[in-house]
Formats: sequence, C-alpha cells, structure tokens
Amino acid sequence: MENQIEKRVELKAPISRVWRALTDYREFGEWFLVKLEGPFVPGQVTRGHITYPGYEHLKWEAVVQKMEPERLFSFTWHPYSVDPKIDYSKETPTLVEFRLEETPGGTLLVLTESGFEKIPSHRRDEAYRMNEGGWSEQMKNIERYVTPKR
Amino acid sequence: MSHRSDSRGGLGPRAPAHVFAALGDETRLRLVRKLCGGKPRSISQLTAGSRLTRQAITKHLRVLESARIVRCVRAGRESLFQFNPQPMEELKDYLDFVSEQWDQALARLKSFVES
Repeated sequence: MENQIEKRVELKAPISRVWRALTDYREFGEWFLVKLEGPFVPGQVTRGHITYPGYEHLKWEAVVQKMEPERLFSFTWHPYSVDPKIDYSKETPTLVEFRLEETPGGTLLVLTESGFEKIPSHRRDEAYRMNEGGWSEQMKNIERYVTPKR
Repeated sequence: MSHRSDSRGGLGPRAPAHVFAALGDETRLRLVRKLCGGKPRSISQLTAGSRLTRQAITKHLRVLESARIVRCVRAGRESLFQFNPQPMEELKDYLDFVSEQWDQALARLKSFVES
C-alpha cells in the first residue's frame, strides 16, 4: 500500500521557468495562493498567510528541506493545518517533494506528499491482510485514493 | 483552496494523526483484526490466546477507544468492545481533501507557467 499522494503534470514550459515558479517565494505565492514573508532557504521556516478569498486569516508555514536546482524542491509542513485553534506542531509533518524532469514538450513535474502515516511497513501489510471486515475495506478505499491518478 | 469547510472552522478534515498513532502497535492491530468483523467481544475473549495479561489488553483497548477505533458497550455486567469504522473513513476523507487541493494548486501552476 502506498501511503502517499503522487501527481504528475506535463508543463509546456522550460524547466528553468518551472523551477522559478516553484522556488521564488513570490511566484510560488502567485499560484499557491499564499503571501510569503521571505524566500525559501533550506533548513529554514517560511511563513506567510493564505490569500484565497475568505481565508486570508489563515497562516501558512513550511520548513524547506532540499533545493537542488531544476531537479528537486522539498519542504515539510502540516498539510492544510488551517484551524487556528489547533496546535499542529505536535503532529508529524508530511514531506512535499516537487521533482522536475526535462521532456521534449517542456517539463514533467512529479509531486509527492508522503508521511501521512507512520505505521511501519510490516504492520501496515499485516493490517492490509485483515479479513473481510470493515477496516480492511477502508484500507482499500484509502489505497484507491492515494494511488496516482493519471 | 476549496470552499469546503467543516464544523471545526477549518478548511478541511483534520489530520487523523492520533488514529495512526493508535494503530502503530502490533498488539493493538491484532485487537483491531479481531474486532473488525463487527462482532463485539469481551476483554476475556480478546485476552484469550494472547501472552499478555488482561490488564495489558485493557490498556491497549483504552488507547484504541481514545482514538475512537473501538468503543466500549455494556452488556449486563460485562464490558464489550466493538469496532468503529468512522476514524478510518475520516482518514479517507482527509487524504481525498489533500489530494483535491493539490489538483487545484497544480492546475493554477500550469496556467501560471504556460501563460
């Protein structure tokens, strides 16, 4: 069972253009709909707030992990941890990775978000083999949701 | 961002980290496997065949109960434990929500870099 979200997008733009849109904090904010306070720096926290109309009061926060030019940009965050009353810092963050690959038509972007669960794989597999009860059905549903959709 | 909202005032369902944490244990997964068929079972039934004491099993059941994966029902003088599928359904909703947000964000990125 894959415990991650994976998305693949073909972008008709040069890899350098896509890299800038991902890693320049102002450009990132343009399409992600977030206003960030400063640039992305590996190992550091980037903060801002959501600019989607109606949700401007919500904070955005991520810790940049890797910036390998035109190849990999990654950060950890608490995905859509948007309730100001909840302290998300105690919860395990997920890892978001943007991987870029040059293609004849432009750039292939592979996005993954992983770490939604921390059950070691052997236990997960055990859980997955559970009999035809409700829980195993739910696990199958989850698998369908996290299986890459092309 | 989606317009979807929930009763807690957030944009979407909350990360069910506590559900995962409760399941991240061999003994508790075994208990869930015994219960997920739907039939409520007593602590004695759940302890049978285990190396663990009744007390230890009870402790694990309480952890599952606090994550709402099982619930305790009374049958006369006995406590029975029953599987509750709802937390797993919430997990599915959560992953669905995050996935949908990415679809929207990546669609915006696409028009941003291709324009």
